[in-house]
Amino acid sequence: MYILASTQASNFVTGVDRAFIFILAVSFFFLIALTAVMIYFIFKYNRKRHPKAVQIKGSSLLELVWTVIPTILVLIMFYYGWAGWKPMKTAPDDSFEITVVGRMWNFTFEYDNGRRTDTLFVPKDQPVKLNLRSMDVIHSVFIPAFRVKEDVVPGSEKFMWFTPTNEGIYELFCTEYCGLQHSYMYNWVKVMPQDDFNKWYTDTTQQVASAEVDSPAAAGKRIMTNIGCFACHSIDGSKIIGPSFKGIYGHEVTVKTGGSERTITVDDEYIKRSIYEPEADIVDGFNKGLMQSYQGQLSDSDVEQIIEYLKTLQ
Amino acid sequence: MQASSKIPTDVSYLEYEGKHKGLRAWIFSTDHKRIGLLYLYSMMTLFLVGVILGLAMRFELIAPGKTIMDAKDYNAVFTVHGVIMIFMIVIPGLPAVFGNFMLPIMIGAKDVAFPKLNLLSWWVYIAGAFLVITSVLFGDGSPDTGWTFYAPYSFKTGANMLPAIFGAFVLGFSSILTGLNFIVTMHRMRAPGMTWTKMPLFPWSLYGTAWIQLLATPIVGITLVLVALERIFGIGVFDPALGGDPILYQHLFWIYSHPAVYVMILPAMGAISEIIPTFSQKHIFGYKVLVVSTLAIAFIGYFVWGHHMFTSGMSGTAQYTFSILTFLVAIPSAIKVFNWISTMYKGSINVQTPFYWAASFIFVFMIGGLSGLVVGALATNVYLHDTAFVVAHFHFIVFGGVGFSFFGAIHYWFPKMFGRMYDATWANIGWLIFTIGFLALYSPMFYLGMQGMPRRYYDYLEEFHAANILSTLGSWVMTLGLIIVIINLFRSAKSGPIAVANPWNGKTLEWTVPSPPPVENFDEIPEYQEKDGPYEYQ
Repeated sequence: MYILASTQASNFVTGVDRAFIFILAVSFFFLIALTAVMIYFIFKYNRKRHPKAVQIKGSSLLELVWTVIPTILVLIMFYYGWAGWKPMKTAPDDSFEITVVGRMWNFTFEYDNGRRTDTLFVPKDQPVKLNLRSMDVIHSVFIPAFRVKEDVVPGSEKFMWFTPTNEGIYELFCTEYCGLQHSYMYNWVKVMPQDDFNKWYTDTTQQVASAEVDSPAAAGKRIMTNIGCFACHSIDGSKIIGPSFKGIYGHEVTVKTGGSERTITVDDEYIKRSIYEPEADIVDGFNKGLMQSYQGQLSDSDVEQIIEYLKTLQ
Repeated sequence: MQASSKIPTDVSYLEYEGKHKGLRAWIFSTDHKRIGLLYLYSMMTLFLVGVILGLAMRFELIAPGKTIMDAKDYNAVFTVHGVIMIFMIVIPGLPAVFGNFMLPIMIGAKDVAFPKLNLLSWWVYIAGAFLVITSVLFGDGSPDTGWTFYAPYSFKTGANMLPAIFGAFVLGFSSILTGLNFIVTMHRMRAPGMTWTKMPLFPWSLYGTAWIQLLATPIVGITLVLVALERIFGIGVFDPALGGDPILYQHLFWIYSHPAVYVMILPAMGAISEIIPTFSQKHIFGYKVLVVSTLAIAFIGYFVWGHHMFTSGMSGTAQYTFSILTFLVAIPSAIKVFNWISTMYKGSINVQTPFYWAASFIFVFMIGGLSGLVVGALATNVYLHDTAFVVAHFHFIVFGGVGFSFFGAIHYWFPKMFGRMYDATWANIGWLIFTIGFLALYSPMFYLGMQGMPRRYYDYLEEFHAANILSTLGSWVMTLGLIIVIINLFRSAKSGPIAVANPWNGKTLEWTVPSPPPVENFDEIPEYQEKDGPYEYQ
């Protein structure tokens, strides 16, 4: 069942799947055997067939047997679990390092040469070490096909590693509940042959993410893509979680400030406050508490570039 | 006790009202039996709320994309479902209902040691439940953190968390007071001649449970206070932005919440240890081993909390230590299963509804326990942590284990509690439908977890669709069974045939008093002779 259920594409698959097979085999054996024995007893010693019970208070020998045998079995289970997990804790020195940044609600992948992507590109047969960083709450990186998972904890520097062994495209899920869009926080992992990966990695024509940008508005759009604004705010007028950005700059909106409603015009000051103190003014028709402050994550010049981009969305 | 001379011995606890009348004779009663029923009715009400939330969740997941609610509502629904089911149903569960009702009678006492404290526990329980409910009904947004309240999300979310956290805190006190009361009752009030090794196994399981309630609950209490202070004042214990450690929260939370699993399951095992010998008409197999395994589970259960955190970045040494301890706590549970099945050997088995529930308990409990081995090993845990597999595993233990035992116990003790027999045909039909639905509801989640579907997902990829459909269909079947069981019990309590004192030929003391018992249980406190014991069927 297990082997059908998930693809196998990393160096850890053998160790993890061996633990699965041993534990599941023992478990199914005991489940079926004990259930069968129980049903047999219920049938055989039914009151109709067996009107008088034979009083047996216990048996030290049996108690010993069914203490010792399960103990040995679970220790073997522990061993397989330990053996499959141990290599996950130490990354080889020659690992290719990528920084994973988790935030509500997306992951971005940052490479040493400055590339940033929302798909994890990795070379086949090369150890890859992911350095895990969170900007807000706890997330977790789970790549089922690689049999790896590690939490992404704010304020701590953790890592995970693996060597992809099969080309292909695999799922990467966030597995630590992180709020509203948790179930949409998944990305793709693309495993490429070493040559293709190198070509991709050094191909500057595709290097949109870190290319010099020619206008503040384009820079603003890049910043917003990277920090995940568009998960909740559309640019085409449709309502997702927060208000759409389409035509927002220079227009009037009704907001709730404290308890009272007021109408204000969207200007530089309002946008800045909405980014740094999202709870201060809540736009009519939307809920508070859904957006975190980006104070400390975005500089004033970042915000200025964002404003330039918003001005273009008329 | 000053009024004891005036309390009639031939009037059942259901009829005798004391100085209050009507409803007040219930909500101000210090009679352990009435308090047991107060818990039963309050829990039944809350349980139905939890079931409706569970059904809503399952219905949302019948297909990818939005079915009936938004992600925000879904997150609130699974949070409130978890908080209600864990803190208000399965943790108090069997101790509060059957512990209160049966413990004093089973050990030959007239009441618990502190009857007024016992009533206070129920009021504290109601206050806590009420607080949690207010967080849903008032304020901005229902709690949306999951029942685990993980930091830092729990103090960053804009939802109305404080009443829920405070409610869980208050519920903890109800648990502590009940635990304290039971410990003193068992130490001081056993019938003459009932030595510790002659105490029935259900009281023994309550004894192990009570110590966990007393010692572990304060830890979650203080942890919830810290989360509240973090939200209000930003004290920086758990907030990484202020130098705090969110992983510390997880440690503190699970130091309580893992032993809490044993608070749930030990009394469930205790009830099974009563039902099986009675319906097999045979001495329980390995009495002393069962007692020792209860205490071993209660003790080792304190030291396994880290297995909830294998992917959160503990040191490697901590991880494999917690893993090996987790495997060790499985042994006493396995021993219990072997002893229960051996009790049936050469018995004279009277296959009645409580026995059906008990036998199916063993089956679902084995699935829950064996799947616990799969998530107890490190390599497999890393893969399965926070997937649907874990949801399946703990529903098999917590709902399968506690639920099947609870329904077994309520049918078993029903004649004693209400003085009437239930309708056996409908009870068996209800059991069968419930069991089929239960298996169809939760088994597919094992498969989904194996496939890699994370838990707490409002929406999912198409590859997870088929198993989710089966699971949702199962939830409907199970609910149908549940409705049949509950309606049958209600009807039977009102108009079932009158029950005799000992319909199952049980040997524990509750079967020696009339059904329903008189206010003070015993005319004369029973006395155990040398050859007497709770399972002497000779």
